[in-house]
Amino acid sequence: MRFWSALRGGALTSAVCVVASVSTAAETAPSDVVFQDGAVAASLTQVAGDAANGRKVFMNRKQGNCLACHANSEMSEQSFHGEVGPMLDGVADRWEEAELRGILVNSKMMFEGTIMPAFYRDSSFERNLKKFDGKTILTAQQVEDLLAYMLTLREE
Amino acid sequence: MTIKKLLSATTLILVSSLANADEDANLYIEGEEMTVRAAAPAHMEELDEIFSGWVFRSDETQALQMDDFDNPAFVFVDQGIDLFSKVDGSEGKSCASCHENVEDFAGLRASMPRVEDGEVVSMEELVNGCRTERMGAEAWKWSSGSMTAITALIGLQSRGMPINVAIDGEAAAHWQAGKDIYYTRVGQLDMSCANCHEDNYGNMIRADHLSQGQINGFPTYRLKNAKLNSTHGRFKGCMKNIRATPYKEGSDEFKALELYLASRGNGLSVETPSIRN
Repeated sequence: MRFWSALRGGALTSAVCVVASVSTAAETAPSDVVFQDGAVAASLTQVAGDAANGRKVFMNRKQGNCLACHANSEMSEQSFHGEVGPMLDGVADRWEEAELRGILVNSKMMFEGTIMPAFYRDSSFERNLKKFDGKTILTAQQVEDLLAYMLTLREE
Repeated sequence: MTIKKLLSATTLILVSSLANADEDANLYIEGEEMTVRAAAPAHMEELDEIFSGWVFRSDETQALQMDDFDNPAFVFVDQGIDLFSKVDGSEGKSCASCHENVEDFAGLRASMPRVEDGEVVSMEELVNGCRTERMGAEAWKWSSGSMTAITALIGLQSRGMPINVAIDGEAAAHWQAGKDIYYTRVGQLDMSCANCHEDNYGNMIRADHLSQGQINGFPTYRLKNAKLNSTHGRFKGCMKNIRATPYKEGSDEFKALELYLASRGNGLSVETPSIRN
């Protein structure tokens, strides 16, 4: 009640609208991501990625969990790097930013039949666990942060 | 070589021995050789050779299965021996009332699951059929301690015999249903059994060495939870890992999958009760 009556006050109404437009309009919904040859040119959030947080997303088992399948020398303090996917040393020398974003969002758009999960897709799963229904593995900003970190992985 | 270099070389060796199993080792249990690698059955189009999960385990885990005294699963086999002669239910009978010698079950595990009257029958259902119909006792839960103890004891009687489940005739449709499940991607991680256990066996997934997902050693004692695990219980765990809604233990789907997986192991030895991570 108090919230709705506050909304009738002019100043607060405009403040609420500004907040709402920041959280929805700037973030691309999973179904609205535009691919071109498997690559995604536009940022999902229009907010620059935070590479330091992206490094955490990379190793966190409940988030990217990238080490489960990929080895990464930049993270040599972590034991047991996976062998399922390609090693990621110098990955930013091999792929453009838009290509890497596309691979993170949904690698099946680039590599048909890959085992790699789509990290920013929220529908058309078979027998999905209820608690993940309508959810993506990573948030849009986590994808951008992870991407910013991966762009630091250079050898040349 | 400096001491520092020597130390780091030693560390490397230690780490690699922890991570890597001796994939060429042979398994002898109590002096009897098990078949842990064999030519793939004719129905498997994607693989030439099949491997017991034992070959992918660390040296330490491998060793635990070579001697029944070291094998922690035998604590539960002993419980199974007690249960076998324990009277339960309204008819005043135990398993031993009808099955005088448990050794008479030699060969049964190697042919399970099998199809009877159009339905897949798992070992757990044979046990519960006896309990409810002959003993007047309550059915045990699929993965309960009593059930896995008895299925381990019965399975042990076939240890060393080659898995040989039938997939033709009335089994064919169930086998195909199991195969379809094996190759269907599920869950938020969108993976099928085949993605890990056919396309990537032998690779490390973090600290876990991926096997072919063979079920010739079930029920298996897992170091992870220090108890015997049923095949269907293991299927559930795998599905949850890829964020999929598991089928129910004892469901038609899991029984079909069990039949299909067992057939992928045709030719390997029964290793019940095996030791895994």
